[in-house]
Amino acid sequence: MSTPIDLTGVDRETALRLYRQVVRLRRFEDKVYQLFLKGELPGTVHQYQGQEAVAVGVCEALAADDWITSTHRPHGHAIAKGVSMRAAMAELYGKATGCCGGKGGSMHLGDPDVGMVPAIAIVAGGVSVVSGMGLAFKLQKSGQVAACFFGEGATNEGAFHEGLNFSAVQKLPIVYVCENNLYGASTAYHLTTLVPEVTERVKAYGIPAISVDGMDPVAVRAAMQQAREHAASGHGPMLIEAKTYRFAGHSRGDARKYRGREEEDTWKELDPITRMRDAILARDPADEQAITQIDAEIETELDDAVEFARQSPLPDATLAFTDVYADPFPIPSVVGERS
Amino acid sequence: MGSMRMNQAIATALAEEMRENSSVIVMGEDVADAGGPFKTSEGLLKEFGPKRVRDTPISEMGFTGAAVGAAALGLRPVVEIMFVEFLGVALDAVVTEAAKFRYLSQGQVSCPMVVRASIGSGLGFGCQHSQTLENWVAATPGLKVACPSDPQSAYGLLKAAIRDPDPVIFLEPRALYASRGEVVTGPDGLLELGRARIAREGTKATVVTLGRTTSLTRAAAQQANLDIEIIDLLSLVPWDVKTVCASVKRTGRLVVIEEAPHSGGWGSEIISTITAQAFASLDAAPFRITAPDVPVPYQRDLEALYLPSESEIVRQLESYLVTGVVPQPWWTQEGIAR
Ligand SMILES: Cc1ncc(C[n+]2csc(CCOP(=O)(O)OP(=O)(O)O)c2C)c(N)n1
Repeated sequence: MSTPIDLTGVDRETALRLYRQVVRLRRFEDKVYQLFLKGELPGTVHQYQGQEAVAVGVCEALAADDWITSTHRPHGHAIAKGVSMRAAMAELYGKATGCCGGKGGSMHLGDPDVGMVPAIAIVAGGVSVVSGMGLAFKLQKSGQVAACFFGEGATNEGAFHEGLNFSAVQKLPIVYVCENNLYGASTAYHLTTLVPEVTERVKAYGIPAISVDGMDPVAVRAAMQQAREHAASGHGPMLIEAKTYRFAGHSRGDARKYRGREEEDTWKELDPITRMRDAILARDPADEQAITQIDAEIETELDDAVEFARQSPLPDATLAFTDVYADPFPIPSVVGERS
Repeated sequence: MGSMRMNQAIATALAEEMRENSSVIVMGEDVADAGGPFKTSEGLLKEFGPKRVRDTPISEMGFTGAAVGAAALGLRPVVEIMFVEFLGVALDAVVTEAAKFRYLSQGQVSCPMVVRASIGSGLGFGCQHSQTLENWVAATPGLKVACPSDPQSAYGLLKAAIRDPDPVIFLEPRALYASRGEVVTGPDGLLELGRARIAREGTKATVVTLGRTTSLTRAAAQQANLDIEIIDLLSLVPWDVKTVCASVKRTGRLVVIEEAPHSGGWGSEIISTITAQAFASLDAAPFRITAPDVPVPYQRDLEALYLPSESEIVRQLESYLVTGVVPQPWWTQEGIAR
């Protein structure tokens, strides 16, 4: 049995909002999975089911003008930070109304308007980039913070170590959010890493780190509030290691042969949705109605997003050529001339 | 001889070379237990064990650098970079170390290693997982670059790459992993680095292709009944000047088809060399069919447009064969890009 989520000090409205967000992320992913199987979406998808509490808890504690960087698994981060289901879904469909205008796809969701650079699909790519975001905030004295999401697998890339050391020594306002879901693609973290506690590893950089139950949005939010406060008040970066689990395969077509069904079942008992709902109802059984209503609203939002994406226009070919550079694109003259 | 998919041909070549030479080892992300993200090392762990088939951390710089050191001291490592884009974080080991050891040591230290990487667009993976990037490595003296176009060439070229005394970048079009073909194994199936092959005979123009553009061009030629000679380059460094030049002297025309963006592409190298060596034989200006100078877009139709498509190849070649005038690429038409 899992420990119940502790709602002490969390008001009703916040609790329900956290619940809503967690369910929004889950239902979005479930729907994407179905659409994929139906062949409506091209490419591949890396899904977020199971890890919702991390994105939700982190983004709840961020200010609207704080920024995040994301990874090859960005759907949850994007929606939690404020990308609409419509814009996210339309992007997966490759539509002009998508958050990247149909040019990015699943691995690059993002929207500067909500404080999210297009997701970086190179493992640990965001960890070096985020240093500069922190540097900009610091030089501009803006009080903003950048949060950098990555998986535990990213901690074995050089960029991770260089990025952390850089921002530590420069005391930059950054919160690193390591989503430790135990596996980098098909390989268990402990098979490639002798110190599998990320909080231990980053001590070497002088970065304070906290480990948190990544299946509990309330706990993640509390940790993030503390980390954000630390980073924003000039003490330099902080790291959160959220212990979590992805319920789905790494990407489309992953049969998950590298892990046991028993292990999966143990983690599924920690499902953030059930735990959040249980905690809310334990405090006030009358909230059943509010929860039912939230669930229904999310289904409506989701159906609307899919409909919107399906009905939206495709980008026309000119779009492939916009925004390569600031200025109109100089085409090399390749057209021939008769001799 | 047997029919296999390109990924199986690669696994077969790896296994044979590992049997042949105990210093051949394989390293990469998910290559051992999982048999490779594209199933190009299936069965290797079982046959050769974890000492020679190694799952690495997600550390391309770490394991590619390790391959350089291991190669310098007598092993023959084959490393797998899942998507060629990830070579970005390991480029130092390849370009600045492996390519220079022989030179600096006056021939005493060599780097007989192979860096395998999947390349190319067409699968809807978006702009960070769809490039070919052969131009990154082709411009570095000390590296060889090869690129198969079907199961047979994957088999024969990979074996040659593993046996080669120098570092070889082996670029595998990922859209072709599942494509099937007859593969002659054993000594008869071995290919030579630096040797192109004539993929279709013809008389009106020489069309040089590489990797994925070979099958596209062959399909285009069949569909439109084009009388062209297709030369599948197979090796980019060194490339087979002799075969291309001899063909151009027969046909009098030269076209190069590349999947990479237009500017800075290797096709220009081919055209400048052949123009110098066979100028008198040319009866029309040589030209290149390439992708435009933009990142690879995600949306299906845009992506299909990006890669020189079969229909675009037909359109440009037909026009060129008739008029002898270099045709306009699609992206300079109808005000698509201004
Ligand atoms: C530099 C680089 N190497 C390899 C990959 C391929 N790849 C994509 S996701 C992934 C696993 C990442 O694991 P982790 O960082 O733990 O994140 P998770 O997938 O668990 O969210 C790998 C190896 C990549 N995208 N970039």
